[in-house]
Amino acid sequence: MTQRLLTPFSAIGRRGSALAAGIGRWGILAGRAVAAFPQTNIWGRVLIQQLSRIGVDSVPIALFIATFTGIVLSLQASYTFTGAVPLYFVGVLVGKTMMLELGPVLTGLVLSGRVGASIAAELGTMRVTEQVDALETMAYPPAAYLVLPRVLAGVIMFPLVTSLAIAMGIVAGWLTALRLLDLSTPEFVSGLTLFFRPFDVTFAFIKATSFGLAVTSIGCYFGLYTRGGAAGVGRNTTRAVVASCMVILALDAFWAVVLL
Amino acid sequence: MSIELRGVHKAFGSKRVLRGFSVVAREGETLVILGESGSGKSVALKHMVGLLVPDRGSIVVDGRDANALEREELYELRRSVGYVFQFAALFDSMTVAENVGMGLRRIRGLAGAEIRGRVAESLALVELDGYGNRFPSELSGGQRKRVGIARAIATRPKYLLYDEPTTGLDPVTKTVIDRLILKMRDELGVTGVVITHDIASAYRIGDRLAMLHEGRCRFHGSAGEIRRSGDPVVRGFIEGRPELWEAP
Repeated sequence: MTQRLLTPFSAIGRRGSALAAGIGRWGILAGRAVAAFPQTNIWGRVLIQQLSRIGVDSVPIALFIATFTGIVLSLQASYTFTGAVPLYFVGVLVGKTMMLELGPVLTGLVLSGRVGASIAAELGTMRVTEQVDALETMAYPPAAYLVLPRVLAGVIMFPLVTSLAIAMGIVAGWLTALRLLDLSTPEFVSGLTLFFRPFDVTFAFIKATSFGLAVTSIGCYFGLYTRGGAAGVGRNTTRAVVASCMVILALDAFWAVVLL
Repeated sequence: MSIELRGVHKAFGSKRVLRGFSVVAREGETLVILGESGSGKSVALKHMVGLLVPDRGSIVVDGRDANALEREELYELRRSVGYVFQFAALFDSMTVAENVGMGLRRIRGLAGAEIRGRVAESLALVELDGYGNRFPSELSGGQRKRVGIARAIATRPKYLLYDEPTTGLDPVTKTVIDRLILKMRDELGVTGVVITHDIASAYRIGDRLAMLHEGRCRFHGSAGEIRRSGDPVVRGFIEGRPELWEAP
């Protein structure tokens, strides 16, 4: 009887201790990646490749999402404001929302699926097929060759892709307002600039950079700690995406509390 | 010059794989470690290159305790050891030439032309000239193993560790790989450690044989000595008769 009552608590305890161990291993991996920074001869070439894979190749999907987000934001703003708020406030809502929230967060979530999953699956496959061991035997530290260039590429490219997505969302919102809401360009622009503060851009960049760091490092962690063949790769890829999405949303709230 | 495991213990969870395994590979010889599947041969081999750390015991390479080395020193040591993986572990996004050249790019002062020359030379040694631009997915199992050997020898290591080099290959390809292992010893003077459960292959390539059983070294000697062994465990293994293991 007592055993049955304790079962949920022991399950929570086991999960808690597994989570703490995971965070500890992630920390050690991050520390090794930072320590590998001077070894540019190892990660330099890979970084170029990763900048393209993580950044350039992600632009189409980020722009696609941003376009539809901009359209919907514009239409929903006009629907909400009808009669009560001047229509040029559509520009305020589209600009502020894209910059402060939806641009960075939606891009982060989409890239956690695209980039995080791809990193976890690639490194996981390398782990279960002993390619990571092969690197070790050839004196390539995985933290320097596999982790650091991917994380650096994420930190560099997430803000750039996010800024393109924000721009695209605003343009889509503007074109929607122009075509469907009977709003002129000067009206939209006046709304857009009404409450704009340069800090909005900084805020978006800070968020996007932290999302890039989180998604790539979590992808690397789950990839390198994969066990158990193809099933293990699938399991850890899913875990990487779920963990990245949760961390993005937690960071989103964290930055709002700390910086706004 | 030698690689030595001294009383190595290793457990994964509650499973005790190595229980005081000791073995030594001396300069210029090929040591074959035999043992049934799951006996811990690969675990022992991975200790030799520092991919696994023992729970107890030590790994001594050229008189230096590998456990006591700093990370950078360990990587330095690894440059003197080539490792041939069971399924080759080739980087599938790279060509054969890029795979073979990976280790060479970590050697300071080696120019691009020198690397290309060494890659071509290593591929020639395993009789795969002209395969440099192919991808691993375009190769047969035997060719992949040979590329794995070319990659391991490209840096001209003192030691070559082979993890089940002939498993899953047809008899002809097995012989080709065995001859390559002998060629590495005879032409490059490499000290080899081969783990296998293929008895015929072990007799062909081994200067000395060791048998790993229940985590310990059960037998240690030449091919002739293992054939004459009266130990029922050894006999049962080399003759493929598990009933001998249960005999009193």
